Amino acid sequence: AMDTDLSSQDRKDLDKFIKFFALKTVQVIVQARLGEKICTRSSSSPTGSDWFNLAIKDIPEVTHEAKKALAGQLPAVGRSMCVEISLKTSEGDSMELEIWCLEMNEKCDKEIKVSYTVYNRLSLLLKSLLAITRVTPAYRLSRKQGHEYVILYRIYFGEVQLSGLGEGFQTVRVGTVGTPVGTITLSCAYRINLAFMSTRQFERTPPIMGIIIDHFVDRPYPSSSPMHPCNYRAGEDSGAVYPSVEDSQEVCTTSFSTSPPSQCVFTVTKAHFQTPPPVVTDTLKVPVVGLAFSHQLSSSRLSYQPAALGVGSADMGYPVLFAGGLNAAHPHQLIGPGKDGGVPPIPSQPAHGTQADQERMCTPLDGVHYSAATPSSSEDTETVSNSSEGKCGSPHDLLETIFVRKVGAFVNKPINQVTMANLDIPFAMFAPKNVELEDNDPMVNPPDSPETESPLQGSLHSEGSSGSSTGNTHDDFVMIDFKPAFSKDDILPMDLGTFYREFQNPPQLSSLSIDIGAQSMAEDLDSLPEKLAVHEKNVKEFDAFVETLQ
Amino acid sequence: CPLSTRCCGPPGAAPAMNCRAEVLEVSVEGRQVEEAMLAVLHTVLLHRSTGKFHYKKEGTYSIGTVGTQDVDCDFIDFAYVRVSSEELDRALRKAVGEFKDALRGSGSDGMGQISLEFYQKKKSRWPFSDECIPWELWTIKVNVVNLANEQERQICREKVGEKLCEKIINIVEVMNRHEYLPKMPTQSEVDNVFDTSLKDVQPYLYKISYQITDSLGTSVTTTMRRLIKDTLAL
Repeated sequence: AMDTDLSSQDRKDLDKFIKFFALKTVQVIVQARLGEKICTRSSSSPTGSDWFNLAIKDIPEVTHEAKKALAGQLPAVGRSMCVEISLKTSEGDSMELEIWCLEMNEKCDKEIKVSYTVYNRLSLLLKSLLAITRVTPAYRLSRKQGHEYVILYRIYFGEVQLSGLGEGFQTVRVGTVGTPVGTITLSCAYRINLAFMSTRQFERTPPIMGIIIDHFVDRPYPSSSPMHPCNYRAGEDSGAVYPSVEDSQEVCTTSFSTSPPSQCVFTVTKAHFQTPPPVVTDTLKVPVVGLAFSHQLSSSRLSYQPAALGVGSADMGYPVLFAGGLNAAHPHQLIGPGKDGGVPPIPSQPAHGTQADQERMCTPLDGVHYSAATPSSSEDTETVSNSSEGKCGSPHDLLETIFVRKVGAFVNKPINQVTMANLDIPFAMFAPKNVELEDNDPMVNPPDSPETESPLQGSLHSEGSSGSSTGNTHDDFVMIDFKPAFSKDDILPMDLGTFYREFQNPPQLSSLSIDIGAQSMAEDLDSLPEKLAVHEKNVKEFDAFVETLQ
Repeated sequence: CPLSTRCCGPPGAAPAMNCRAEVLEVSVEGRQVEEAMLAVLHTVLLHRSTGKFHYKKEGTYSIGTVGTQDVDCDFIDFAYVRVSSEELDRALRKAVGEFKDALRGSGSDGMGQISLEFYQKKKSRWPFSDECIPWELWTIKVNVVNLANEQERQICREKVGEKLCEKIINIVEVMNRHEYLPKMPTQSEVDNVFDTSLKDVQPYLYKISYQITDSLGTSVTTTMRRLIKDTLAL
């Protein structure tokens, strides 16, 4: 009953606008994450195929994906179109960075003119989207992709799933456009807890907190799932033939009238096209699981939420859901838990006649190509959830990720002492630590360092030793006589030699002792957030103080 | 305009009642001034430019296509999107260049503001000249800071980049309010609403002006000068 006032022509136009707006939205977002600078030309004469009077190229593969996700539907209340942007390292770890949501709410604007005002406002909204896609943290990450990681996109339609973004994610509103059938809203929710570390990390600088938590260890198996670069320049890797732009899109020529301004002559011509059936490549496409872990920067005890093993996927925000809201026409291939952690490899059995949801890669043509995964049947790395092995490969299993933790460098403890046997935390550089694993936290229990002798002690004792790092130097050398240079025995009651002998074994400084040192460091780190809060409160005073100095 | 204290258009331009005014503030290093100003101005103009109008018979018109391109900043960790129009870019660069030079010049304490005003022309009958009626005014207040060492400069690159991200979000917020925009003009009126001089895009009529703020006593020299002046005046 909402659109009784809307003429059927207006309704048709509006639906078309919304459909193409959705497609252009996806193009803008994906192109903004390709890692390249985008440049399109202005053209004073309308070409007739530039929707919303903006030169936005159409990457055929992307349009194809978007149309597939929409499956002929339009965003409506409760049915949002989401573009998920995630990052995937060359070792197979992946993480959701952003979710762009195109939603529709029930607030209608009956008075608004469809073919004129709505169209122009949608154009304005696309411009805003162009601007906003450059200011979220993922933009800078995507510009640096190619070597250690790539940026992927995934389109889904239905309920918005934000839990894969970690705690404290932020939202930015791109804009809204009221229409007679509802208000279109475009927004972006983005992960922030990696924002400041990301660019530095991938520029090979040490993590900002100076804690060596872990580092990547070469995995014995290549990362899973063949990915396809979403590059429209060549489709060499995919065998798919996508309908070209001119054929698949309806051509839009808009004319606007100024007399009176409210009238609009709007002509839409449908270019003749044949629709070849979309050819899907026969390689399996893998949904990349958004890993949900939280990272409390302010706490030295980085808290860790282990990925749910067997817990309902909705809680952890896995993008692949069997929960309601998804288009049932596209059941998703589920991947069994990998043995190697991170993104699980594809099981060797073929898809059960279903079509996997795709994770598409946004890299330039010479981006990274991943080889097909081989199921890790032959490896014998321990896994935590041995019980899940039986579920491997069944498409109806809940998605599980196995973490294999490798012991960090510089830790002297042998691997088998790590309690969570062989759990590898993706993005280990900035991964939080399990609270229970504090024993293995090198910051709390640093590895057994060499017996710390004071340098003075070492050098005094050794006449040949280079500061022995094991055992007590007293055992190795016995001081027979000590004749310090330039000293005389007879003048002072305490001569230099006596002084040396008496004070040659000073007790260890308490701050240098490992346990207390580590504790106080840990305490210091704990008190940091408070201190920071206090400083932040007083920032005005500081600024004023600085001003007086200038 | 209730916000007349903030409007700083050229003298004589009376802001209209519905002139909306937005103020943005940034603190930047000297060499960042140009890029920061261009980023903001281009972002505003991206939203306030359309394709070229082509009027046809019966009062209908069609609209050309606006292209866009990414711009990376050299002195700021930041990138922005601008309209693909070399003419427009040149015009903005010229204005920003003048502003930067004025900021650097003597008498400036590194504080100034640059304004981008969108206006409509109201044709008056002879002998009266046309009126310029602003309907949107963007003011960017700039504070130039001097940094001592390379480490500070590096931090400044990042901080200013983050600040500019916030500004872009602010600008988009304002644009999204869908407040007053001039009516789409007839062919005879188009030059009163749009700048039709560019060959590839058509921004709303705009003008850019700037002011260098005179410092008020924060530097010793100025204070001394004032003291002496006051003394002599007695």
